[in-house]
Amino acid sequence: MTNLTSPIAALPSLQRKFEGRALRSLVLTTLVWAGALIASVPLISVLYMLITRGGARLSLEVFTELPPTGFETGGGFGNALAGTFVMVGIAAAIAVPVGIMAAVFLAELGPDSKLANASRFAAKMLTGLPSILAGVFAYALVVMTTGTYSAPAGGVALAVLMLPIVVLTAEESMKMVPKIMKDAAYGMGCTRSQVIWKIVLPTGMPAILTGVMLAVARAAGETAPLLFTALFSNYWIFHDGSLAVMNPTASLAVLIYNFSGMPFDNQLELAWAASLVLVMIVLVVNIVSRIFGKPKY
Amino acid sequence: MDCKLDKIFYGNFLAVRDSHVPIEKNKITGFIGPSGCGKSTVLRSLNRMNDLVKGFRFEGHVHFLGQDVYGKGVDPVVVRRYIGMVFQQPNPFSMSIFDNVAFGLRLNRYKGDIGDRVKHALQGAALWDEVKDKLKVSGLSLSGGQQQRLCIARAIATEPEVLLLDEPCSALDPIATRRVEELMVELKKDYTIALVTHNMQQAIRVADTTAFFSVDISQGTRTGYLVEMGPTTQIFDNPREQMTSDYITGKFS
Repeated sequence: MTNLTSPIAALPSLQRKFEGRALRSLVLTTLVWAGALIASVPLISVLYMLITRGGARLSLEVFTELPPTGFETGGGFGNALAGTFVMVGIAAAIAVPVGIMAAVFLAELGPDSKLANASRFAAKMLTGLPSILAGVFAYALVVMTTGTYSAPAGGVALAVLMLPIVVLTAEESMKMVPKIMKDAAYGMGCTRSQVIWKIVLPTGMPAILTGVMLAVARAAGETAPLLFTALFSNYWIFHDGSLAVMNPTASLAVLIYNFSGMPFDNQLELAWAASLVLVMIVLVVNIVSRIFGKPKY
Repeated sequence: MDCKLDKIFYGNFLAVRDSHVPIEKNKITGFIGPSGCGKSTVLRSLNRMNDLVKGFRFEGHVHFLGQDVYGKGVDPVVVRRYIGMVFQQPNPFSMSIFDNVAFGLRLNRYKGDIGDRVKHALQGAALWDEVKDKLKVSGLSLSGGQQQRLCIARAIATEPEVLLLDEPCSALDPIATRRVEELMVELKKDYTIALVTHNMQQAIRVADTTAFFSVDISQGTRTGYLVEMGPTTQIFDNPREQMTSDYITGKFS
C-alpha cells in the first residue's frame, strides 16, 4: 500500500554506492592501471639511462672515428655504424625479394599446397629461432666455405632472421587484399600474374613495407648472429681504396657487447652512446615504416 | 550472344541445367529468380568468370562473335576483355579514380589519348560531373553509388561488346539505384547488357527481355534451371508458366 500512496519512498536510488559491482569495478580498474604503469617502468628506465648516459658522450666524433684500444681516449664507432648498415643491407637484399616471392606463392599461387603448408610452418618455427642459431647456420654456410669471417656471412645470418618476418607479414598483407578487388581485375581480363603484379602487390605494398621495416629493425639490433659470422673489426669496411668485404666486419651490436665488458671508462661511455644510436636507428626505421605504411589511396 | 547450356557443375554438384538464354544486341536481358537458382552462375559463365572457381565445369555452348566461348583453345582472359563485368559489391581498385578507369586501357596497351577515353567513360557512367575535379583522389573515397558507377565506367572504358551486371544495385540506396538504372537504359544504346537482379521491379523498369530461373529440388539437390524467357511485359503480365506467375505475384521467393 505504501508503494502506491508514496511513490517517492518506493523508488530505487540511482546514487553510486561503493559496494558490490561498483567496488569490484574500481578494484579491477586500479589493477589494470597499475599493470600498465609497471609494464612501462623497464622501457622508460632503459630509455632514461640511454639518453642520460649515452647522450653525454654523443658527438660528431663518435660517428667518424674508429674504436679506441686499451687506454686510448676519444675515438668512436663509425666503422661499426657503417658495418651495421652494410650487413643489414645485405640481409635485406637477400630476405626481402625472396620473402616477398615466397609470400606471393603462399598467398596467391598455392595457398593450400603441401609446399605452402610446409614453408608456412617452417617460417613460423623460424620466427621463434634463437638468433644465435642463425649465426651457427651462417657460420657453417659462409664462414666455413669462404674460410673467413665477413660482412656477407653476417648478412646471411641476419637474412635468416629477417626472412620469416618478411614472409609471414607479406603473406598476411596480400591476404588482406579483398577478393572482390581481385575478381574485378580478372573480370577486366587480367591474367593471374597481372592480378598479382598490378593489384595484389600494389594494394598490399604499404603493409608489406611495414613488415620489411620491422624485420630491418630487428636485424639491426641483433648481436648473437654476428658474433661468429662477422666478428668485429677495428677498421673501416672501406679502407685502402677498396671495400674490405671478405674481412671481419664491425657492427654496433657487437661493439656494445665488447665494450660493455671492458674495464675502461672511455669504452663504457662509447658502449652507452652506441646503444643510444642503435635505439634511434630502430626508432627511425619504425617511424619510416609508419609513413610508408599509410595506404596511398 | 547466345547461351545454350546443358549442365553447370561445381565439383559433383549440378548447379544449373538445361537453360537456353539468348541475349540480344543492344537490349537489356534481365535474369530473375529466387536465391540459389543459378542466375548469377549463368551470368558469370558467360565471360568464364567461373573458371576461377575450383571444380567448375560447363557443358554447352556460349556463342559470341561467331565463336564458342567454351570452344577449344579459347583463352578466358581474352574473352573477359570483350565481355565486361560489374559486380554486386562496388569493387574499385585502391588507386585514383583516373587510374581505376584507365586500368583496362593500360592493360590492353591502348595507344590513343587515355585521358580522353577516361573522360568519355566517366561521362558514359554519369559520374564525370561529380569527379572531374578530383580524378587523383582514391576511388575508395567515393560513396557506394559513386563507386558502382566508377566500376561501370571502368568496365565501359575499354568498350566491351557485352556488359554483365551481377546485381549491381543490391548494395546501393534507392537514389543511387535509380541513377544506375537510368544509366543502364542509357548504356544499352551502345552495349548489350545482361543484368541479374533480385528486384523484380528493377527488371520491369529496365529489362527488355526477362529470363526467369527457378530451383529444382526434386533430385535432393538444388539445381537451377530456366523456367521461361520472353519480353519483360509478357513475363510479368502474361506468364506462360504457373511457377513464373507464382513468383512474380510473391507466392514464393
